[in-house]
Amino acid sequence: MPEETPVLAAEDVTKHFDTGRQTVRALENVTLRLYRGRIAALVGESGSGKTTLARLLAQFYPVTSGEIRLRGEVVSGPDKDFYGEVQLVFQDPFASLNSLRKVEHNVRRALKLHGHAADDAAVHELLAKVNLTPAADFARKLPHELSGGQRQRVAIARALAVRPSVLLGDEPISMLDVSIRLDVLNLLARLREEEGLALLYITHDIASARYLSDDIYVMYAGQMVEGGPAESVIQEPKHPYTRLLLDSSPDPERAGGSSAFTATAKLGEPPSLVDPPPGCRFHPRCPFAKEQCKTSFPPRTEFADGSWTNCWLHNES
Amino acid sequence: MKVRIGIGIIVFFSVIAIIGPWLNDLMGIGPWKIDYDAIAEPPGAGHLLGTTSQGTDVLAQMIAGTRNSMVVGSVAGVIGVILSVVVGVTAGFFGGKVDAVLSFVTNMFLVLPVLPLTLIVAGYVQDTGPITIALIIGLFGWAAGARTLRAQTLSLRGRDFVMAMRMIGESKPRMIFVEVLPHLAGWISAMFLHLVLAAILAEAGLAFLGVSSADTISWGTVIDQARQVALLNGMWWWFVPPGLCIALLGTATGLVNFGIDEVMNPRLRTADIKAMRKALA
Amino acid sequence: MILDVKGLNVDYITAKGAVRAVNDVSFQLRRGEILGVAGESGCGKSTLIMALIRLLRPPAAITGGQVWLHPREGEPVDIASRTDRELRRLRWRSMAVVLQSAMDALNPVARLSAQFADVLKEHGYKNTEERTAELLEMVGISPDRARSYPHEMSGGMRQRAMIALALACDPELVVMDEPTTAVDVVMQRQILAQILELRERLGFSVVFVTHDLSLLVELADRIAIMYGGRIVELGDAAEIYRAPRHPYTKGLRDSFPPLHAPVTRLNGIPGTPPDLRNLPIGCAFEPRCPRRFADCAERRPELLTVGDALAACHLHDRERTAHA
Repeated sequence: MPEETPVLAAEDVTKHFDTGRQTVRALENVTLRLYRGRIAALVGESGSGKTTLARLLAQFYPVTSGEIRLRGEVVSGPDKDFYGEVQLVFQDPFASLNSLRKVEHNVRRALKLHGHAADDAAVHELLAKVNLTPAADFARKLPHELSGGQRQRVAIARALAVRPSVLLGDEPISMLDVSIRLDVLNLLARLREEEGLALLYITHDIASARYLSDDIYVMYAGQMVEGGPAESVIQEPKHPYTRLLLDSSPDPERAGGSSAFTATAKLGEPPSLVDPPPGCRFHPRCPFAKEQCKTSFPPRTEFADGSWTNCWLHNES
Repeated sequence: MKVRIGIGIIVFFSVIAIIGPWLNDLMGIGPWKIDYDAIAEPPGAGHLLGTTSQGTDVLAQMIAGTRNSMVVGSVAGVIGVILSVVVGVTAGFFGGKVDAVLSFVTNMFLVLPVLPLTLIVAGYVQDTGPITIALIIGLFGWAAGARTLRAQTLSLRGRDFVMAMRMIGESKPRMIFVEVLPHLAGWISAMFLHLVLAAILAEAGLAFLGVSSADTISWGTVIDQARQVALLNGMWWWFVPPGLCIALLGTATGLVNFGIDEVMNPRLRTADIKAMRKALA
Repeated sequence: MILDVKGLNVDYITAKGAVRAVNDVSFQLRRGEILGVAGESGCGKSTLIMALIRLLRPPAAITGGQVWLHPREGEPVDIASRTDRELRRLRWRSMAVVLQSAMDALNPVARLSAQFADVLKEHGYKNTEERTAELLEMVGISPDRARSYPHEMSGGMRQRAMIALALACDPELVVMDEPTTAVDVVMQRQILAQILELRERLGFSVVFVTHDLSLLVELADRIAIMYGGRIVELGDAAEIYRAPRHPYTKGLRDSFPPLHAPVTRLNGIPGTPPDLRNLPIGCAFEPRCPRRFADCAERRPELLTVGDALAACHLHDRERTAHA
């Protein structure tokens, strides 16, 4: 990963949700950095804290400890300037657009509020940028007249209208039809090239993370367990959880018949975040767990290929 | 279809309320005109709906009464809706301390015993005309609506599209009026109709209990007067029309509300049974 | 053979007219076979399997064709033409269903044990407790969880409980509508492994509907691809993946980025799925097809034999005439 200052970063961030009776320990000491013109993928199962991290980066709620930094400066709270730089695209394009407002309303408001020209030409240019052509037709449509993929493009156009430098995508394709998912991924890749955006791509689909991103981060139950260049994480996973995730993902190439499925032992489920296991939270499911794993979270071990992991298996001491 | 019938009935009464006096003049009848030749007469050619025991025309009284009943209903409806929108949406959208205070006030109004209170207030105010009654009902009847709107606003506020608009820097007033309020239109119109009906019923109830002005006529006062005389003498034509009008308006608001529900909640839309039978036969 | 579907049509009937969601679908399901059905949303795959077990709700209705079930014992039954009362004897014993959302399918205010007992008693099981424990164990749930309410269990556990319930009366046919869509990949793999293992042990047949073709390749014996209410390709699972005959199947396959093979730029399938109310005269896929030619817009291709598989595509017309 490059040496320059990250555009947006979460540094050693912890988030606990207090619900009165109990505390949900959603994130523990997580660090994630986003660089200009690079795409980072954040991979994990539901409840791993991916969405919480994205929403912390987008300042939807404050951190419990740690810092969110924009170009090196600690962010104190959400304001218009912050959202001029950072935008988030939601998972569900059916919920993220106002069903009673036309497509152009979304884009035009975003342009106007950030002091950009908001005439028809500007609106159409943005819609064309996300491949909604003929833009003049799409501008006048209501969300229910669009397919899921088209809606997600509108949401992306709205985010782009403020001319941000960071785009956070919270599972932006998981609710879309299979055949149009790649279209949206290719669009994100193009925006990275053309606009030099820093992109965070959150997903549970590790194959699509490999397709789109430069770096992959893997989270488990609120802890960051592995990260590094996409290919090293996929081809040489260091953490047993990453390996489990890879082995579980459908891979038609691997199928020599259906044998791949039957090999899986009963591996349990992710822990409750109200009362998570001490040490490495993966240890109850980990076939290689040692005594150490049950008491303390391992420090980071770095590898020559640029990847790193937090796992006692890779720590000599 | 249901909705159309409902709207039809409401429009019918509204038109009568507006053109009432002119209509009475046109037919040469009036609510206070006494026909000494026709006292307590059943419906017939001279008096289409018959006359009261004082010899006034029931139809003329009904027409005049429609205006006052509708005024009571709509004034109470408008006041109640404005209050419940202001209180409910503000509480739901801003949350926190604002919500705590407004919810407390709402709950207080919710547990107030409205009818006894109305009786007391009406007793203090001289000459309780329809506007007074409408004001009382509107001022005391908004709480339930405010609570519903608060809950709806609360859920809307957390929706992704509101978060997204907040992220592009949309101002709070525009957020409320442009993004949130339009989604509540169904609730608000249902609430308005409900208040209208409640007010008309309450006014009739109050008149029945004797709380009304001596020189206004409404559906309620007609029933009240009929109660004293008509029941004993079997003068059905005197009390059936006002009763029927109230029932009809009640049905109409119910029908329109069904329609609004179906539009807001597509799951309630039932399959077209006729079309299915035809296709499968 | 356990299931023989012949020319099945399902319409959504509205006052404005009927919309055909499943159009002239025919296939056979062998005993112990897993048939995967894949396609985009709105292609008719879910409607198809609800029709197979006659759980369609108005305004959807079967308007043509037959669904012959061949039970182990007794005469073949045309499910499409039987009354609900006649079907009641077949439900659970011969055919069972697993739906996408176990939370919606399970009764939220009854303990698991009670829901199992309901089904088991209805079908003459005496010792319901023992059978419930046996079923739960079969899907890897500890029997003491029988006293749990659905909301006390994780999504994956609920889904496995649904599978156990479906298997309660030892059915011959289990239809599954996206049973793993709502669970995470690791749990998905465990559930699929269990389905395969139980199929080996108990010998039931499965019709498995999903939008995820990559998963079917590893799970199913054969795969049917649906588009615009019709089956456009049907063949051996590995074969469909290796050498798809229909451009839509190929597009669908190439919509999944590979996990280990070299990454190349993929494009998915441009355009949007067809509007069933307004299908093209020719091939429904023609507007999105990268290999379309004049014939495609004019005539609808029939589902015909191409090599070892069935495909509905004019690209194979020439091949066929050459053979004939």
